[in-house]
Amino acid sequence: MSPPRKSPPGVDPKLLIKDAAKLLPQSSRRMFLRGAVSLGALSALTGCDIIDGPTSENMLRKISTFNDWVQARLFSETTLAPEYPESAITRPFPFNAYYSPDEAPDIDGNSWQLEIGGLVDNRKPWTLAQLNALPEVSQITRHVCVEGWSAIGSWQGVRLSDFLKMIGADTTAKYVWFQCAEGYSTTIDMPTALHPQTQITLKFDHQILPRAYGFPIKIRMPTKLGFKNPKYVTAMYVQNNDAGGYWENQGYNWFSGQ
Amino acid sequence: MLPEAAASSRAQLPLIHPLWVRVTHWINALAIFMMIGSGWQIYDASPLFRFIHFPSAFALGEWLAGALLWHFAAMWLLVINGIVYVTLGIVTGRFRRKLFPIRLRDVIRDVTAALRGKLGHDDLSVYNAVQRLLYVGVILAGVVIVLSGLSIWKPVQLKYLTAFFGGYDFARYVHFFAMASIVGFLTVHIALALIVPKSLRAMIAGR
Repeated sequence: MSPPRKSPPGVDPKLLIKDAAKLLPQSSRRMFLRGAVSLGALSALTGCDIIDGPTSENMLRKISTFNDWVQARLFSETTLAPEYPESAITRPFPFNAYYSPDEAPDIDGNSWQLEIGGLVDNRKPWTLAQLNALPEVSQITRHVCVEGWSAIGSWQGVRLSDFLKMIGADTTAKYVWFQCAEGYSTTIDMPTALHPQTQITLKFDHQILPRAYGFPIKIRMPTKLGFKNPKYVTAMYVQNNDAGGYWENQGYNWFSGQ
Repeated sequence: MLPEAAASSRAQLPLIHPLWVRVTHWINALAIFMMIGSGWQIYDASPLFRFIHFPSAFALGEWLAGALLWHFAAMWLLVINGIVYVTLGIVTGRFRRKLFPIRLRDVIRDVTAALRGKLGHDDLSVYNAVQRLLYVGVILAGVVIVLSGLSIWKPVQLKYLTAFFGGYDFARYVHFFAMASIVGFLTVHIALALIVPKSLRAMIAGR
């Protein structure tokens, strides 16, 4: 991916370059193994495809599902992510996506609506003004990317658990699925949706959420890796089936909790 | 010597490595190999040092998602096998017998001898002071790499462990340097095993 042609104000181009290019698969969709010299030699030696083939992919996916289960057990609804002072905020906070910032959705906040669906009593869509009228919560927490880097940001918005209760969501359902304007999506577990720090984010550092960070809303969950924090969200569904997600479907661990 | 005679004379050699040591050793070798290969690929997605990039030819998992799947699969093998090894090492008294005491003057003596090429390996059942130091060191590096790894994986649920390692970002450096010391150990360890092949035989056949 070439460096972005134009950066939104306040975003350091240097930070933009390290965006999701590295997240993308290289040449082929056979993602797990080729390129390992020694293991490649091993499979050549044994003449079998245990290492570089569907056998290992299936095994790895099964263990990843097992790791989802382990992480759900490790997750505590009362354990809070550490919060930081304002001085710790990473400035500029990095833009991160699988596209360059000028390709990010450019949404008209006046016509945008949050579609609500699934196991919810009141499925009336929400406007930005209505969301902004709800009580605000704030957090300064660490965003950890699946790539390894981290950055501390300041987010304000509506506590998702309060919102789910207000719209009469069935909180005994297993999942909440988010759909985004550019086609991105992710599914999260209900315990994470109900975590006190999980937030419908409307502001970054007390300013209207910039386009680079997901205007008009992102879902902030400091208990999950960055890619599980969707931006440009257009729809939220409460449901019992796992609808997967953009990166999850390509092999990234589903739970990806912290 | 007839093969049978050779076999029987080997059988009379003292047992250097009991079966549990050999089994856990080779499982550990496989696990650490997978952890390092996948770890390098993960590192490359967000390098800590501008001048360190691991060639993808040595990496495990063709891209980040694959490397992460390998890393978080092999970790179970590494940790479960490591717990079995350390527990048996303590319970059977093998660690105490083989690895201790480590005296500074012995270390200095053996390092000097090693540098002069005069450190013998006649009796494989007794570790010299350099070996003791390196084996204890690599076990400790193993403990550090697992704990720092957990602190990177779960900086919220295990936030006190992460704080112990100096916070998320610092814990990544701890994890990296623990890996680097293990790789350093392996370089010496594998080189010596090839130079002294009977030590390799002992780790396979036990004698």
